[in-house]
Amino acid sequence: MTKLKTQSLKKRASELANTNRQLEILSNGIFKNGELPTFKDKIAETNQFPLRAKKLEILQINVGYMCNQVCEHCHVDAGPDRQEIMTKETMQQCLDVIKKTGAHTLDLTGGAPEMNPNFRWFVEEASKAGIKDFIVRSNLTIIRANRKYYDLPEFFKKHNVHVVSSMPHWTRGKTDKQRGDSVFDKSIKALQELNVVGYGMPDSSLRLDLVYNPSGAFLPSDQSSMEKDFKKALMEDFGIQFHNLFAITNLPISRFLDYLIASENYEDYMYQLVEAYNPTAVANVMCTNTLSVSWDGYLYDCDFNQMLALPVNSKVKHISEYNEELLEGRNIVISQHCYGCTAGAGSSCQGTVA
Amino acid sequence: MSKTYYDPADLRKFGKITEWDEELGNKFFDYYGKVFEEGALTAREKSLIALAVAHTEQCPYCIDAYTKDSLQRGVTKEEMMEAIHVGAAIKGGATLVHGVQMMNKVNKLDG
Repeated sequence: MTKLKTQSLKKRASELANTNRQLEILSNGIFKNGELPTFKDKIAETNQFPLRAKKLEILQINVGYMCNQVCEHCHVDAGPDRQEIMTKETMQQCLDVIKKTGAHTLDLTGGAPEMNPNFRWFVEEASKAGIKDFIVRSNLTIIRANRKYYDLPEFFKKHNVHVVSSMPHWTRGKTDKQRGDSVFDKSIKALQELNVVGYGMPDSSLRLDLVYNPSGAFLPSDQSSMEKDFKKALMEDFGIQFHNLFAITNLPISRFLDYLIASENYEDYMYQLVEAYNPTAVANVMCTNTLSVSWDGYLYDCDFNQMLALPVNSKVKHISEYNEELLEGRNIVISQHCYGCTAGAGSSCQGTVA
Repeated sequence: MSKTYYDPADLRKFGKITEWDEELGNKFFDYYGKVFEEGALTAREKSLIALAVAHTEQCPYCIDAYTKDSLQRGVTKEEMMEAIHVGAAIKGGATLVHGVQMMNKVNKLDG
């Protein structure tokens, strides 16, 4: 078993820190020689090309790539060494948009969003906009990382934040293999603390959802079956409760792409994705109802396109020039990584889509 | 021509079996699909049974397929290994229990 790396691809000056190199890999080889169809050709078979943005429902804001963890499969290539952090000025520009957006969901992500020094101010201000569903993607361990974060469960509760957290497995071994030593124990402790303030309890309006993504080169299984298994194990072993499990497919980009290539699983994994292609999922992929904002305010069709430096195909490029009407109907920028969102029951930041 | 009898990539071609006999091939895959649906046993339990049988049948394609299927269903490596030991115990027991037949024969011929 390979030892978990402690630095980002960027810090290690890995070839794959270059997004153009990632896009080259995704466009060459089995996709260039015709062994597998490109995503564009595949969706064209069912007249779904070009994919177009529908009415905006989810505004996802990445407030920075800094994180206290260095997870094996992180599509952000996040870690303690990443310095890209959203400034207060860009946050203010985001707040101007949050106040007028028609989106029903605001979704803050990172890195560990809590590590942005203006995170709490931003949450306080954003919560005033009264958006129906206000998500913070918390990696759980941040709550136990430092005394200054210990009150996060209370802070989330005060602002009625919907907490969504990654949990790759209900056992220590599989979780720590993917997310780092002692991540499992800290995550369990954090979940228990969230439960104590009311998060995840059956009748509670304080939503606590978990995200499952596979620990290796395989696709997730049925979301509802996995949810049952997670609920049973976490309750029996630790007395933990949560609401829903989102099963997410690992997309072949960034550190997961690095892992696939290093473990000689890349081609088999792409075959799996293409063989599991589901045209029904295409109709509901998240890029058609989501907009992703990067730490420096630029706009992307999804968080994955952000990490591949594939900006929106629109005159509107930056949060400072935001215009929801102009962005609607834009053509979505695609490559072969998009197969990750259309495999099986589909995959999005909110779980399955088909 | 391949120099080995088994090529991992052949597993992907399993569905092509229907090309030479569509009716029987489709009947098999319909049946196969139905067997692995959630029923009185969960799909996860069925995956572990399949993994154990894959080993007793020593089918490399099935071992690849059901190792991956088990991982997808959140099965741990400890659970997988225990399942294989169940298969190995039955396989070993099936050999050894024939020892009774040998003993019966010895007793009859030379008792």
